[in-house]
Amino acid sequence: MKLQRKNRRALALGAIAVSGALALTACGSDDTSNGGGATGGATAAAGNIKCDDAKGQLLADGSSAQKNAIDAWVKQFTQACGVQINYKGSGSGAGITAFTNGQVAFAGSDSALKPEEVTASKKVCTGGQAIDLPMVGGPIAVGFNVSGVDKLTLDSATLAKIFDSKITNWNDPAIAKLNPGVKLPSLKIQPFHRSDESGTTDNFTKYLIATAKKDFPYEGGKAWQAKGGQSASGSSGVAQQVKETNGAIGYFELSYAKDGIKPISLDTGAAAPVEATVDNATKAIGEAQVVGTGKDLALKLNYNTTADGAYPMVLVTYEIACDKGNKADTLAATKAFLRYVASEDGQKILAENDYAPIPADIIAKVRTTIEGLS
Amino acid sequence: MDTKEITDTPPPTPQPTQAEQKRAARGATRPGDRIFLGLSRGSGILLLVIMAAIAGFLTYRASIAISKDDANFFTAFEWNTGVVPPRFGIAVLVFGTIVSSIVAMVIAVPIAVAIALFLTHYAPRKLSGPIAYVIDLLAAVPSIVYGLWGALVLVPNMNGLYGWLDDYLGWTGIFSWQGGAPRSMLTVGILLAIMILPIITNVSREVFRQVPQMHEEAALALGATRWEVIRMAVIPFGRSGVISASMLGLGRALGETMAVATVLSPTFDIQASLLDPGGGTFAQNIASKFSEAGDIGRDALIASGLVLFVITLLVNGGARAIIARRKEYSGANA
Repeated sequence: MKLQRKNRRALALGAIAVSGALALTACGSDDTSNGGGATGGATAAAGNIKCDDAKGQLLADGSSAQKNAIDAWVKQFTQACGVQINYKGSGSGAGITAFTNGQVAFAGSDSALKPEEVTASKKVCTGGQAIDLPMVGGPIAVGFNVSGVDKLTLDSATLAKIFDSKITNWNDPAIAKLNPGVKLPSLKIQPFHRSDESGTTDNFTKYLIATAKKDFPYEGGKAWQAKGGQSASGSSGVAQQVKETNGAIGYFELSYAKDGIKPISLDTGAAAPVEATVDNATKAIGEAQVVGTGKDLALKLNYNTTADGAYPMVLVTYEIACDKGNKADTLAATKAFLRYVASEDGQKILAENDYAPIPADIIAKVRTTIEGLS
Repeated sequence: MDTKEITDTPPPTPQPTQAEQKRAARGATRPGDRIFLGLSRGSGILLLVIMAAIAGFLTYRASIAISKDDANFFTAFEWNTGVVPPRFGIAVLVFGTIVSSIVAMVIAVPIAVAIALFLTHYAPRKLSGPIAYVIDLLAAVPSIVYGLWGALVLVPNMNGLYGWLDDYLGWTGIFSWQGGAPRSMLTVGILLAIMILPIITNVSREVFRQVPQMHEEAALALGATRWEVIRMAVIPFGRSGVISASMLGLGRALGETMAVATVLSPTFDIQASLLDPGGGTFAQNIASKFSEAGDIGRDALIASGLVLFVITLLVNGGARAIIARRKEYSGANA
């Protein structure tokens, strides 16, 4: 009798635990499709997508930086053509590895293919090789949180010194000189970088190295190298820390600069400091040169641009596919999807999601290349 | 204690009763015994084979990475596998893993023992049951949930404690605080302590319940107070059990991944102060670097995993040695 009562109590506890868990998972399974941010205008554009004989299912993997853009595109494309596209977003490195192992139809990457990766791709691209197609641009915003300061202008040398822990207080003369009339508090600067390996770190440090080599004497790469500072995982993690910590500064993709995180304006040497906006990023990508050979469209950005309204702290992410020798059963769908992505409608969706469209003359080359894929 | 009783055949008796025949059967080599012997021996061997296979795989992949490493694998303060040649070292990770685990143990073990003693010897029975249930439930919470709680609740509320420690103990150097976000080894240690508390408490509670009633009654009869009973009868009896419970907890703390990755602000340098953000642990580093790592990067992470594997083996081996030396007390385990 006593035992039974004990059991019943255990049962009741179990029931509470189970129903609690159910309630929690119910919250978790909320529809996240609004994250795509596709608006009415974009939905109407779905009618313009050419499907050809695209069919079946596409697997893709790669850069997490362009995941939101891909999600928005996939939503439109699937509606129009009924092709399922599964983009995993597990990181550029993982994406390229999956591609060279022949597991995915195309990969996304934050940086252009390295020579050894091109060599590896010849295994899966019968008679051809992997090529880079620039599809998504993105401004990297540097957000700050200093109580009492609403606007801040910095140049690359000062940024480099801040992130290398050489400037450690907000009332440093170097910062004051760039911000006349702004009352800077005496507050310790807490620079935040990424703790995981990241294409955002890679592109941010590339910019600092290209423009302020003297103050940022590192090799660059996906792992953070400079001294000191604190770190957090993912763009969202860095943005969260900047928001919570007075005196913090950190870098992340523009879409994370919201809810009260203010991005700095960049003093590039142009007539006026440049703000981190989608249009300004596109303008800076327009200064880039195509350095890929053959059909490869890898870009070399001009980080030292002083053009008015060009924000050169940008990253360009690529889609990677075979120029020749794509798998027969996925070729049609891959081409149709990439064609849509590079189309005017496809690029228009980017700005709605805080990404920068690729400038007209470069995207025109991308379109020609896509038509030639086989 | 005395294993002979189980394995040896009992001496033959002239007129065995039915009950005695049954008991004799347990030691004899009947088919069931042989099957069971085979199964248990097979499981034991399988375990060793699996361990050897894991060690072999880790060693092979680690050797690939270490042969390409341009820095000293054991002393370098950097982790940069994307460049040519790659440079990486585990000094920071060894330090962080050990320090965070020590902090966790220092906090968790006394509290766990105190809770276990309270539940077995002080709490009224009506209270001890429900509390034990709650502790069991705590042990079942996934570590990422602790991590989220740590990042969203624990970290923002640590400033008071940090300021206090800096004011009164800052002179030691270990507790000085530069005012960074409290995402440091101390916060990680506190979170790990909370995570390993249930397992240490539960095992200790079981051990303290096994203390023979006679020991306690004897002590009481000699005029001991309740505290003296615990000090002289309960704790010595349960010591080896508490040690193995602590080792279970330590194992979890050494290998904890997601909670540390969520709460810590990892950097590749060592902070002398427990309160300054920075440092890293093996498991956290593997979790946060794996997704974007290239081929060499993965092998380098596997090499660091091998070191964690060895550290864990050493710790467990050490714990077993300590327990073996205290065998005379052990009624409940070892």
